[in-house]
Amino acid sequence: MTALTSNSAGQSVPAGHRLSEADYQTNFSDIHTPLDARSAVVEADRCYYCYGAPCQTACPTDIDVPSFIRMISEKNEVGAAGKILSENIMGGTCARACPVETLCEDACVRNTEDDRPIQIGLLQRFATDRASELGAKFFTRKAATGYSVAVVGAGPAGLSCAHRLATLGHDVVIYEAQEKSGGLNEYGLAAYKMAGDYAQKEVENILSIGGISIKHGTKVGKDVSFAELQTNHDAVFMGVGLGTSKDIQLDGEDASGVLNAVDYIHQLRQAKDLGQLPVGQDVVVIGGGMTAIDIAIQIKRLGAANVTMAYRRGKEHMNASIEEQEFALNEGVHIAHWAKPVSLQIEQGTITGVEFKKANVEGNETYITPTDMLFKAIGQSLTPINMGTTEFVKTSGKYDVDNELRTSQLGIWAGGDCVSGSDDLAVSAVQDGKLAALSIHKTLTQSQA
Amino acid sequence: MIDLKSNFIGIETPNPFWLASAPPTDKAYNVNRAFEAGWGGVMWKTLGEAGLPLVNVSGPRYGAWHGKDRTLMGLNNIELITDRDLEINLAEIIQVKKDWPDRGVVVSLMVPCEEQAWIDILRRVEDTGADGIELNFGCPHGMSERGMGAAVGQVPEYVEMVAAWCKQYSDLPTIVKLTPNITDIRTSARGAVRGGADAVSLINTINSVMGVDLNQLRMSPSVGQQGSHGGYCGPAVKPIALHMLSEIARDVECNDIPISGIGGITDWRDAAEFMALGASNVQVCTAVMTYGFRIVEDMIDGLSRYLADQGMTSVDQLIGAAVPTVTSWNKLDLNYVAKAQIDQDSCIKCGRCHIACEDTSHQAISTEINGERGFQVKDEDCVGCNLCVVVCPVENCITLRELDTGEVDSRTGELVSANYQNWTQHPNNSVG
Ligand SMILES: Cc1cc2nc3c(=O)[nH]c(=O)nc-3n(C[C@H](O)[C@H](O)[C@H](O)COP(=O)(O)OP(=O)(O)OC[C@H]3O[C@@H](n4cnc5c(N)ncnc54)[C@H](O)[C@@H]3O)c2cc1C
Ligand SMILES: Cc1cc2nc3c(=O)[nH]c(=O)nc-3n(C[C@H](O)[C@H](O)[C@H](O)COP(=O)(O)O)c2cc1C
Ligand code: SF4
Ligand code: SF4
Ligand code: SF4
Repeated sequence: MTALTSNSAGQSVPAGHRLSEADYQTNFSDIHTPLDARSAVVEADRCYYCYGAPCQTACPTDIDVPSFIRMISEKNEVGAAGKILSENIMGGTCARACPVETLCEDACVRNTEDDRPIQIGLLQRFATDRASELGAKFFTRKAATGYSVAVVGAGPAGLSCAHRLATLGHDVVIYEAQEKSGGLNEYGLAAYKMAGDYAQKEVENILSIGGISIKHGTKVGKDVSFAELQTNHDAVFMGVGLGTSKDIQLDGEDASGVLNAVDYIHQLRQAKDLGQLPVGQDVVVIGGGMTAIDIAIQIKRLGAANVTMAYRRGKEHMNASIEEQEFALNEGVHIAHWAKPVSLQIEQGTITGVEFKKANVEGNETYITPTDMLFKAIGQSLTPINMGTTEFVKTSGKYDVDNELRTSQLGIWAGGDCVSGSDDLAVSAVQDGKLAALSIHKTLTQSQA
Repeated sequence: MIDLKSNFIGIETPNPFWLASAPPTDKAYNVNRAFEAGWGGVMWKTLGEAGLPLVNVSGPRYGAWHGKDRTLMGLNNIELITDRDLEINLAEIIQVKKDWPDRGVVVSLMVPCEEQAWIDILRRVEDTGADGIELNFGCPHGMSERGMGAAVGQVPEYVEMVAAWCKQYSDLPTIVKLTPNITDIRTSARGAVRGGADAVSLINTINSVMGVDLNQLRMSPSVGQQGSHGGYCGPAVKPIALHMLSEIARDVECNDIPISGIGGITDWRDAAEFMALGASNVQVCTAVMTYGFRIVEDMIDGLSRYLADQGMTSVDQLIGAAVPTVTSWNKLDLNYVAKAQIDQDSCIKCGRCHIACEDTSHQAISTEINGERGFQVKDEDCVGCNLCVVVCPVENCITLRELDTGEVDSRTGELVSANYQNWTQHPNNSVG
């Protein structure tokens, strides 16, 4: 992990403690006000209970949205949660983190009618939160099959796969490099989306099914060999995500003050005292996706004076949705479009500015944005894993899989961010894990016959 | 603005909006406020015999059926007739009538089914200067168990008898208020006509049990451990009231007896519909119990504008205007053909029309247009039943189109005929 501060040789160090304790509290508390019981019923009642509902089609995990909303309107929140979780075991996280404005809510027919979709995300959250408050249990395990499956990575893909396998009667061992489960739910999603240690609460619920053991601090390829996994288990699922931040390929990337957004967010999510985090005054974020938006907003909320998101193309090309861009603008983030970084200004080993060229203008004219903290947020790539002799077919460094999430290697499945063509959403990772589990189950039980 | 002056069996009021006999008309305090707000007349809360007044429960008198947004759809009550002393009521009526000479004050009555009891009470009411009496033959709870209210209203002969006593022993215009808790309301209306009543009013409340508290498995609402059936009113009962109203309005034996319409009236549109189906004036209870007296302002304004838009100069022209359009099923034209059609521009593609028709009607709405999600009516299967129209969440998105004479009905393959043919004339009808 990149060091956040560097004190050697009198370099300037971005300061922490820019805000009062109360401000940190406010800035990093739940971004959405959850629906209360009454408003949930009123909102649910707006739903038309569509047939062949477009919202359901738009949900990567195929949640039966009209049914769960109808159940909320009938005040059967627990039943509603059961509907949600049966398709998406991370329905709670997805309710908080899904970009609903580009998924289910975008597809809602009430957009056409009055430009106000059903608040599917908030309703989903209402039902899942309520069920978890009540300690409702929805799953039981089928009779033990005697099979054991190795799952690499305890992120959304791995946990979803493990849970489904456990319900089907298989035993699962998850190998996880980090000390906590959850993957980016725990280490990556914006803090204000996952307030109240939600990732761990959800993991606890998921694991209560039984039959899943997790080996934390165990990196496959280092602490345990891939060959061992293959020997000790009947199938392997790879849900390793994308562990490596891409470089911007400019000189000075190792200077003090130049950071990977994902690493910083990791620290932010784990920080006991947000005041301890170093925060620059003139912060530049390079990138145009969800990670760039998240780091820009969070560093602003930590007290940075000026935050500029620099993206090399136009507004409409950004991966971040229009809603997310607007959110960032409302937070006081400046978004510079068509800004292509051409060099980093480094003084005494510390970043002081970024030189940009306007990408939509001919010529060589450039300008410099003063910078004491620079975040790289231009994407992640797969961290190579030592797999011994096992070779995979890959595209852009990610595993190729078929529609059952089978890799090119017999007995090895993969899903989530680490497979080619993934859309880098938690909800899609959950779907991959679920489908892979069904395929693994089919393969194991068929081979028995 | 059109003047809404109303004359109901000789009682003149500035508008046809009356308050039904109920809590809103229970005492001078309320009635004064109602008249200040603009109500044309009141049916004073039902009075009983002299003597110790009745006692109401001190627990919940009301229960309600709410829409999910808590719109009050239906109201249920177990209130009795007045629980105030007769003398106090009469004194207040005298004063109110003095203070509001241009408004209508009719006194609702319910005493035992004995001649002397009626003679006694009629004298007392005549002395108040009230404009008339309304005989409460409708109260479905509390009083009917004592042989009054609905217990009388359900026996046409009793209705006739009591109405006749009232006409015999007093000069007061007499309105008989009918109970809907009867199979054919015309039988009791005819009784009122035979007894010489000047008018009928309807409907009183409908027997109802609101529900069950599923946690305690106890009838709801309940007074302590038990509840009792109540009387149902409010928006939910309007269609039932309109049906009963139109039955009486077009009944030959009822002989065009003036009718005061009651039941779920909440705004001027409801009022206009009652009047179009034969009500000379209307009475309101639940709506004012929900919103207060001030709603009458909107009712006056709305009705007056509506009459002007219709080119009418008085409420009389509205009364009964739609009665001839109500008929029996066997008079309906079986050669009339309509088909549903969907306005694709306003369709939001929710699919509800499809699933309703597919699962429960005629499988006449398809789910794809040019390979994409879209909903279209298959004329060859559509029977024009209107189900899709009522389930579509977008108003006017689906409409029924009347086929022209000579067009082919692709469902039957036959030409639409200009000839009227009802079931009694139909070749398939072997019974007649
Ligand atoms: C900053 C940021 C913000 C995001 N915000 C959102 C959002 O708001 N909404 C949304 O839907 N998505 C968001 N995403 C994307 C989302 O987090 C991912 O799509 C999702 O977490 C992918 O799940 P996964 O299980 O494939 O991978 P991960 O969540 O990355 O989990 C992979 C796990 O595998 C472990 N692992 C890796 N290699 C090994 C190894 N060799 N041995 C053992 N364990 C290993 C890792 O430690 C990790 O726990 C965001 C991503 C980032 C980076
Ligand atoms: C609480 C309550 C008490 C009522 N009491 C009487 C009554 O004493 N006498 C009577 O004739 N009708 C009584 N009614 C019936 C109303 O006058 C009226 O007929 C009925 O409520 C239908 O009208 P609505 O739908 O406008 O409420 C009462 C209704 C309610 C709700
Ligand atoms: S599209 Fe909207 S209205 Fe239709 S079922 Fe889904 S949430 Fe409900
Ligand atoms: S009118 Fe009836 S039959 Fe025709 S499409 Fe609509 S629902 Fe189906
Ligand atoms: S019910 Fe109405 S809005 Fe919905 S698909 Fe049918 S026509 Fe369109």
